[in-house]
Amino acid sequence: MAKGTNDAQLLIQSLRKAYAATPTTLKIIDLYVVYAVATALIQVAYMAIVGSFPFNSFLSGVLSCVGTAVLAVCLRIQVNKDNKEFKDLPPERAFADFVLCNLVLHLVIMNFLG
Amino acid sequence: MGATSNASPSPPLNSALSSFPSLKALKFTTKQQELLIRVSALALIYVLAFVVRLFSVLRYESMIHEFDPYFNYRTTLFLTKNGFSEFWNWFDSESWYPLGRIIGGTLYPGLMVTAALIHRILHFLSFAVHIREVCVLTAPFFASNTTLVAYFFGKEIWDSGAGLVAAALIAICPGYISRSVAGSYDNEGVAIFALLLTFYLFVKAVNTGSLAWSLASAFGYFYMVSAWGGYVFIINLVPLYVLVLLVTGRYSMRLYVAYNCMYVVGMLLAMQIRFVGFQHVQSGEHMAAMGVFFLLQVFYFLDWVKYILNDIKLFHSFLRITLTCAITVGVLALSIGTASGYISPWTGRFYSLLDPTYAKDHIPIIASVSEHQPTAWSSFMFDFHILLFLFPAGLYFCFKRLSDATIFVVMYGLTSMYFAGVMVRLILVAAPAMCLVSSIAVSATVKNLSSLVRTKSKSSQGSNKPLSGSKAAAKASADQSLPFQKNGAIALLLGALYLLCRYAIHCTWVTSEAYSSPSIVLAARGHGGGRVIFDDYREAYYWLRQNTPPDAKVMSWWDYGYQITAMGNRTVIVDNNTWNNTHIATVGRAMSSYEHEAYEIMLSLDVNYVLVVFGGVTGYSSDDINKFLWMVRIGGGVFPVIKEPDYLVNGEFRVDKGAAPKMLNCLMYKLCYYRFGELTTEYGKPPGYDRVRGVEIGNKDIKLEYLEEAFTTSNWIVRIYKVKPPKNRW
Repeated sequence: MAKGTNDAQLLIQSLRKAYAATPTTLKIIDLYVVYAVATALIQVAYMAIVGSFPFNSFLSGVLSCVGTAVLAVCLRIQVNKDNKEFKDLPPERAFADFVLCNLVLHLVIMNFLG
Repeated sequence: MGATSNASPSPPLNSALSSFPSLKALKFTTKQQELLIRVSALALIYVLAFVVRLFSVLRYESMIHEFDPYFNYRTTLFLTKNGFSEFWNWFDSESWYPLGRIIGGTLYPGLMVTAALIHRILHFLSFAVHIREVCVLTAPFFASNTTLVAYFFGKEIWDSGAGLVAAALIAICPGYISRSVAGSYDNEGVAIFALLLTFYLFVKAVNTGSLAWSLASAFGYFYMVSAWGGYVFIINLVPLYVLVLLVTGRYSMRLYVAYNCMYVVGMLLAMQIRFVGFQHVQSGEHMAAMGVFFLLQVFYFLDWVKYILNDIKLFHSFLRITLTCAITVGVLALSIGTASGYISPWTGRFYSLLDPTYAKDHIPIIASVSEHQPTAWSSFMFDFHILLFLFPAGLYFCFKRLSDATIFVVMYGLTSMYFAGVMVRLILVAAPAMCLVSSIAVSATVKNLSSLVRTKSKSSQGSNKPLSGSKAAAKASADQSLPFQKNGAIALLLGALYLLCRYAIHCTWVTSEAYSSPSIVLAARGHGGGRVIFDDYREAYYWLRQNTPPDAKVMSWWDYGYQITAMGNRTVIVDNNTWNNTHIATVGRAMSSYEHEAYEIMLSLDVNYVLVVFGGVTGYSSDDINKFLWMVRIGGGVFPVIKEPDYLVNGEFRVDKGAAPKMLNCLMYKLCYYRFGELTTEYGKPPGYDRVRGVEIGNKDIKLEYLEEAFTTSNWIVRIYKVKPPKNRW
């Protein structure tokens, strides 16, 4: 089992080292994603305690977090300079798309919140 | 194709023309010519798609056909009169008496909202059209729009030539015309447009990887969900497509962006429709999409980790840990969900697509609908004609040049063909796929052939329209180096032209003969060959409207419910929505019981009038006696006192002297054949000869104790009886 823990430590270290090399803009987006997912998990935990009565409110809350996390990941993919497929996409356009999709997402959430 | 517009004008014309800026300016470049040809072809196809659907309007009048469209018409009328808020919260007490129906929460509003919007725009532009005209012409209008979407879709998967062919094919494809003819104001008319639009936007999103296109496809999906229950096809096909791409290794970042945005935003938008509600997270039919969503997150996360780690061994251990965690969590969630019943299993309607024998054994109502029967091969030929053999040819071309888009079209085609084989109604869903794939075959073949013909002539950027290709090829200068090849190519091009002409002829004939009947007005050939029109249905409904008290309740079989409410304006017991099987079974039981038992049931339901449809005088075969066994089966499914063998003799359904005694005395028999025994229907046959069943009826001396005849239409097709109030005790 020692090899297992050794492996895990080595894994975590190399992950940390590799991640440190990513540019700051991407790290900000990653932070946003982590924040959104954490909020979603908190909401799920709250639902487990209190019950899911207005189910539409629960769904809209969780889906807004999940939705914006997923859209942020899409933004990260499009802005990342290492992705050759999105070479000719200007980052302003990617960000504008991100904002538009978030706008639509949150408008629908507002309607669905009840 | 030079610009020969000013070939040889006459002298006065010449002098007039020379006063304008020189006509040489009209000489188009090749690109402009191509654009002109394409735009004019599309414009013609647009008009063609609209016009070919107008047969019944020209022959009869502008009216709504069939049964379901009457409900849609009634709700649209309500929407235009009372506004959206009233419509969205409408509880209707005029159907399913005494239960009522929450219409706002149990319909797909897309069609009604679309028609009401068009109506409003037209009124804003000062065209004072009645909503009925808008409703009648909505389906052809959207069929025209579908041809435009088909053009762009074809352009996306292959090239603009294929797009034009696809637009032309789908403009007249009988499989699509059957449900989108003028007057057929039904969900499918708008839904096929929404389906193709969603698919096109999604394929565009996968091809470009843009969030904007993905958002557009989410809106297209929302429109589809609001229009038709068949949106389940989209929400299962798209995850299947993503899965296939993942498995074949063709995944890319664009796929991630396209699917995720469409799924999350689309799901949220879809949940705004009350009828759909929370099904996207609770129903088994939608779980594939959610499963693929999570799979995609795990997959791309692993991909990203692999990319930043650069070390294979470490990555493998990481992979092992993550995969085991993910799989256990997934399987656990799915099994707990299904076992506890939280995730509902597939509903009967869609389960019978996977297991076609399911409905016949378990849910007779689904099995009884004629549109749900399996498709005969002749229906395929009738509805698709040459597309049937062009489809495998198109598949070959798709596989030769595989891309994300062609994989999608291939999957769409194959899955929709499978479902079209299971249920006749779904030929409609397969029609766009057939047209798209066939268009690839036609376009690629004609392109190859015409390039063979043009080998030595000056290459022009001509478009690849099949109909003009052969003419241009014939005019091309001949090169004698490969005479047989060129002649063979010309012959094949002419053959292709002939095939397409036959297709057009077939489609027009089919539309004219088979798909333009309003079903509510029947036509037949009289003795002298002239056309005889039977307008009995509307006669009966207007009689009901004008001669019965406004709160009268009418009992009939569920087929006619929508029409009675819409045209007769009276409360009905059951209608085509068929949401309550027990209520329908009660009516079925009443129709198949003896008169005194049926009277008890009718009193308990407050029935005032009973309506039956009888075709024995005219030979109209979709009458209630032919549907009678379904009433028995559905009634017997809930009330075991009704047994089907009681009505059959040696397993055979008969109405003549040898029929079962219960059959000869049940309510339906009495109501249909009351006073029929005195009527001579055909020369040389005894009175009481039923022209549909082809026999002389068994029980001619019918006396009704609890009902009395109120109205029989001029051709005896619809018969209305009044239920007598209970006798006074004294």
